[in-house]
Amino acid sequence: MDAEKAPVADWKTDFDHTHPDYAANAHQIWDDLREECPVAHSDRFGGMWLPTRHEDIAAIAKNEDGLYTSRGVVVSEIPPDVPAPIGYAPPITSDAPFHAPARKLLLGPFAPRQIEALEPFTRECCNSLMDVALAKSGEQGWFDAAIDYSQNIPVRVIAHMLGLPPEDGDKFRRFIHNIIENPVQRDIPEEDTVEWYFDQQIAQRRANPKPPGEGDLIDHLLSVEIFGEPLGQEHVRGTVVLLLVAGIDTTWSSIGSAIWHLAQNPDDLARYRDDPAVRPFAIEEFLRAYAPVTMARMVAEDHELHGCPMKKDDWVLLPFPAGNRDPEAFEDADQFIIDRQKNRHGAFGLGIHRCLGSNLARMELSVALDVFVERAHDFSLVDPATVRFSTGQIRGPRELPVCVNPNM
Amino acid sequence: MKINYNRELCQGHNRCYMLAPEIFDVDDEGYAVLKIEGEIPAELHDKAQLCVDNCPEYAIELTE
Ligand code: HEM
Ligand code: SF4
Repeated sequence: MDAEKAPVADWKTDFDHTHPDYAANAHQIWDDLREECPVAHSDRFGGMWLPTRHEDIAAIAKNEDGLYTSRGVVVSEIPPDVPAPIGYAPPITSDAPFHAPARKLLLGPFAPRQIEALEPFTRECCNSLMDVALAKSGEQGWFDAAIDYSQNIPVRVIAHMLGLPPEDGDKFRRFIHNIIENPVQRDIPEEDTVEWYFDQQIAQRRANPKPPGEGDLIDHLLSVEIFGEPLGQEHVRGTVVLLLVAGIDTTWSSIGSAIWHLAQNPDDLARYRDDPAVRPFAIEEFLRAYAPVTMARMVAEDHELHGCPMKKDDWVLLPFPAGNRDPEAFEDADQFIIDRQKNRHGAFGLGIHRCLGSNLARMELSVALDVFVERAHDFSLVDPATVRFSTGQIRGPRELPVCVNPNM
Repeated sequence: MKINYNRELCQGHNRCYMLAPEIFDVDDEGYAVLKIEGEIPAELHDKAQLCVDNCPEYAIELTE
């Protein structure tokens, strides 16, 4: 599919975030654009903009003047047709006044103390994945830290929270793949659609209601109300799908990028492993330097941004990773500083849509790295050429062969 | 030294709570709750500064 993409003539006027050249050179492209053309344009996908300065990204994310809508957050050829302010996957696709109450329904289950309680489960998952990965490594000399390890952690944890059978993990990954790569689904048998799967799950729970506080996250959504009414079927399904889509590739990318960094920087690996006090800072620095998520907005009304004519329904990308590398906002922005003390990164977004799963993602990232360094101890890339990064709005290693170095 | 925490700006990133649980707690929805309304003890000044420097929403300030 990538091979068909037209070559990019000029990143200022023809950028394409789905092009393999973008995936391969994103840091350089952002740095160049920030200097030369802080709001780049492209006619692709019906017209889109790419701001690269932290200040502009923050202002658009905060959307204080309502010039943008979250109706579309993943750039596609055919824009989503569920209108604002609800959108197809509340709350990420919702605007004021629907957004805040829809978000509030989920804040409780994703608050820090609720998430802390999932830590032992997460640690157990990571350890059992490492058992298998290290056995593989013993047989063949290497394993894939993206496929055998990082990818599985967020799937298992969110499936646990949603009360879904763990063996359905492959199914979710297929759904997500379809949604992200091909948002307007075609030619998929009904039983393979995400709608069908979750309608079944929801129906099972409606038939067996649980007492408050005892159910899973889907039970929770079925028990709460918005504007005095229970949530509609579409809302429940949209939100559940959102939790799967928003939490898996993102966290996978973030764990993978951190391992990728440590595998190539033995000093940082030694420091991370041997100095637990540095870990909380290191986690935030991984999130800053290798932020995986670029969101999108659509222009809600015609206006100008630094002289650029933003037209209604144009796409606007919000590359939080580019903002995180803006020298105006961060000292030595292009360097990885493991104990960076001043770090107001926007990896989880800024403003009202701050990642609902940020406490979960941070816990998963930190447990995943703890277990990885404890079990693998010293490791490196098999060969930088065998690492493959994703293209599109979620950036991270999809293939990451590593080998464990023998202990001395 | 005192801390000025602006609940209107807070979006619940929880950076402050992670860095300085002595100074910030979190509520059931994940928003920060300032635990020390008055003077910040000297031994917590560095941590207070860390909270300021890591809040992505600029919701925390130090005042004299
Ligand atoms: C390292 C991993 C993750 C990163 C970097 C990340 C990043 C983001 C970003 C940048 C946004 C802002 C969207 C916007 O401004 O439109 C967001 C929103 C969101 N994320 Fe995450 N995310 C991660 C993991 C998760 C997880 C594990 C979950 C839950 C299972 C999750 C659920 C959500 C939801 C529900 C929203 C929408 C919030 C709203 O619109 O109010 N994310 N995420
Ligand atoms: S770091 Fe800032 S935004 Fe996050 S919880 Fe603390 S005060 Fe709120």
